[in-house]
Amino acid sequence: MNRPKLSQPLPAGTIEDLPMGPSARAGHLIDVSSGMRTFRPVIDTEKCVNCLRCFLVCPDGAIDKSGENLEIDYDYCKGCGVCQKSCKIGAITMVKEGEA
Amino acid sequence: MEKLFVSGDEAVALAVRQAKPHVIAAYPITPQTIVVERLADYVEDGSLNSEYLYVESEHSAMSAVIGSAAMGARSFTATSSQGLLYMVEGLHYASGSRFPIVMMNANRSLAAPWNIYGDQRDSLSQLESGWIQLYVENVQEAFDTTIQAYKIAENADVMLPVMVNLDGFVLTHTYEPLIMTDQETVDKYIPFARYSNAMNLDDPVNTCITAGPTYNTEFRWQQQLATLKAAEVVDSADKEFGELFGRSYGGMVEAYRCDDAEVILVTIGSVTGTARVVCDAYRAAGKKVGLLKLRCARPFPTEKIAAIVKNAKAVGVLERDISFGFEGAVFSDLNSALKQQNVNVPTYNYVGGLGGRSISKENIAEIFDALLSGKAEKPLEFINLRRDINYGA
Amino acid sequence: MALNAKTLPNEELFYGHKACGGCGGALAIRLALKVLGKRSIAVIPPNCMSTVAFIYPHMPLFVNGIIPPFAATAAVMSGVLAGARALGEEDFHVVGFAGDGGTSDIGLQSLSGSIDRNDKQIFLCYDNEAYMNTGIQKSGLTPYGTKTTNSPAGKNIHGSTSPKKRIFEIVAAHGIPYAATANVGYPEDFLMKLEKAKNCDGPSFIHVMAPCPTGWQTPSDSLIDIGKEAVDCGLWYLAEYENGEFKLNKNPKEFTPLKDYIRKQGRFSHLDDDDLKHIEEERDATWARIRRDWVK
Repeated sequence: MNRPKLSQPLPAGTIEDLPMGPSARAGHLIDVSSGMRTFRPVIDTEKCVNCLRCFLVCPDGAIDKSGENLEIDYDYCKGCGVCQKSCKIGAITMVKEGEA
Repeated sequence: MEKLFVSGDEAVALAVRQAKPHVIAAYPITPQTIVVERLADYVEDGSLNSEYLYVESEHSAMSAVIGSAAMGARSFTATSSQGLLYMVEGLHYASGSRFPIVMMNANRSLAAPWNIYGDQRDSLSQLESGWIQLYVENVQEAFDTTIQAYKIAENADVMLPVMVNLDGFVLTHTYEPLIMTDQETVDKYIPFARYSNAMNLDDPVNTCITAGPTYNTEFRWQQQLATLKAAEVVDSADKEFGELFGRSYGGMVEAYRCDDAEVILVTIGSVTGTARVVCDAYRAAGKKVGLLKLRCARPFPTEKIAAIVKNAKAVGVLERDISFGFEGAVFSDLNSALKQQNVNVPTYNYVGGLGGRSISKENIAEIFDALLSGKAEKPLEFINLRRDINYGA
Repeated sequence: MALNAKTLPNEELFYGHKACGGCGGALAIRLALKVLGKRSIAVIPPNCMSTVAFIYPHMPLFVNGIIPPFAATAAVMSGVLAGARALGEEDFHVVGFAGDGGTSDIGLQSLSGSIDRNDKQIFLCYDNEAYMNTGIQKSGLTPYGTKTTNSPAGKNIHGSTSPKKRIFEIVAAHGIPYAATANVGYPEDFLMKLEKAKNCDGPSFIHVMAPCPTGWQTPSDSLIDIGKEAVDCGLWYLAEYENGEFKLNKNPKEFTPLKDYIRKQGRFSHLDDDDLKHIEEERDATWARIRRDWVK
């Protein structure tokens, strides 16, 4: 999996350490998105033919194609179900969070 | 040193050429127009190597220089009056983001009534925009201050936009002698380094971003500190300019014959020149009057003003501006400053020169007379008001 | 090499944002940045995307970014471009991500100015057909009959009463080097157009439909299907304007039933048969016109 991770918290400091004007280095994540999820997509890697449709259409980019099998970054998947809908061979199922 | 005979607008354009901004974006408006024309000529003839953007409005002019400054490039724009108001949204963006843009503003009346002539209601309505506001008296000072503006704006502890204000027509279109500065010394005075808060293609930055209730106050505190710091830098930039070029203007304020003055008149912009003549005449007649020329309206020179006027018997503020239903903006600021500094001097507000109306030596003499007599009563007076309107005459 | 899911880089440049699940705008930006790459400078006016991208200190945009004044996306882009050019930067892309209102309403003047300057910048309008960030109000690209929070559907008025502005044609009328319409429901077509915009020497413009489950009152998983269906039923067309010529990328022999598309969306739930007839007539008139003028 090659997806951005929750960033290290910025070091504690004082008001003087704030950037000059409202600006920041790009790409700094202080929070995950998994709390937005009710259903979780699960890829059946046996069925999956690596067509990458789900990778292409995921609005959050939470599906990683760098490994042998597609992997979902559950830190940043919101469970919208776009991937499941777009999978023509039914290799993705939506599973309610908290259930198996 | 090269001597020229130019208008205020031309002097600003010449100064901008020496400051070598990377990007110029401006939209024409009377009486600023000559600035953008001359700069276009300089780009055309190769004497200025700037990106010159033809924008479709002042809103886009300010937005374009916000973009270029966000990239870390030295930038310039110019406007006036309605154009300044059309930029207002961008003014706050530029100062809040700490982009050291320099802008020339030709002070002009605001519609309605529609009017292309000078007063200072345009810039003085933007005292809260977070810009450093400088006002100049003559063509030479317009030139010198435009160069100083970059020194102030780009100071590492300041990094704020600067507005250089010239009275419309009276200064923008009046020809006066100008002593040029030499390019090499200007380059030394305002060397360019890419802005530290800029975007960066090798290490990406997000800027002009959202700061909610958790961080907003801290960014604002920082902005206040930087703007206060600018007070020192306005002084030091002027001092250093004087050391290099032999001309300086007192920094934030100039106290003219104020040492033993019983009466002090505060002036802003080109009317100071007229007031100097009257002041000299009164001094020659043994009358103790002085002038306090306000060069910088933001940051406001609170302590300096208090120190200059503290022994006077009366202080008048002559301004080409009014906040309707109250008084002139500079007068309010001055009263607040004196109160803060525990200086208790009677103060009087004279509003004049609106919509291009001349302020004559006689008008100023009347103000001095009233202040000297100790009989000035009204806190606010419209000077030179025509109560009888004779259409045929 | 054609751009597709296989050839697109795995690296994400818009990641960890808090857009709603199934957001078309987020997908449009994600794909655009994959095509344009890391040396992009994104200018994103106040809209849903800047709201989710730029809240200090959560910074889910992995390229340079700036929020311009709402009306001035294209002008800030021009300034960024001029500044970068003057400082000697090379090999970078300036891209704007404005919504439908930020393009066709408040942003139109500065967009026009930037095309006039022939600035090499990519203006992407992600069209979710209303001001979604402020809570779903009508914009100049809101279709006829849409129920929004300021174009309510009642007995007297059935939602928005005006058709969408022809923003693609307005932009093309400037003689812009490259303009296109696209739809996230046809992602490969969208990628192809992004690639063309990227390689365009002057200004380019892509008007991409980006369905909004929240504003359209559709399920979050419907994003791609509903976008595709908008094209298939003829309410959205895929076209390009290049070298002074219009071209239809897709000219369906017949449309899927318009009613099916409309009935899936809560924002159209109030429309009656007369409204549907009106929408169908408008659609047919549009297609008659563009087939006549754009198909050789």
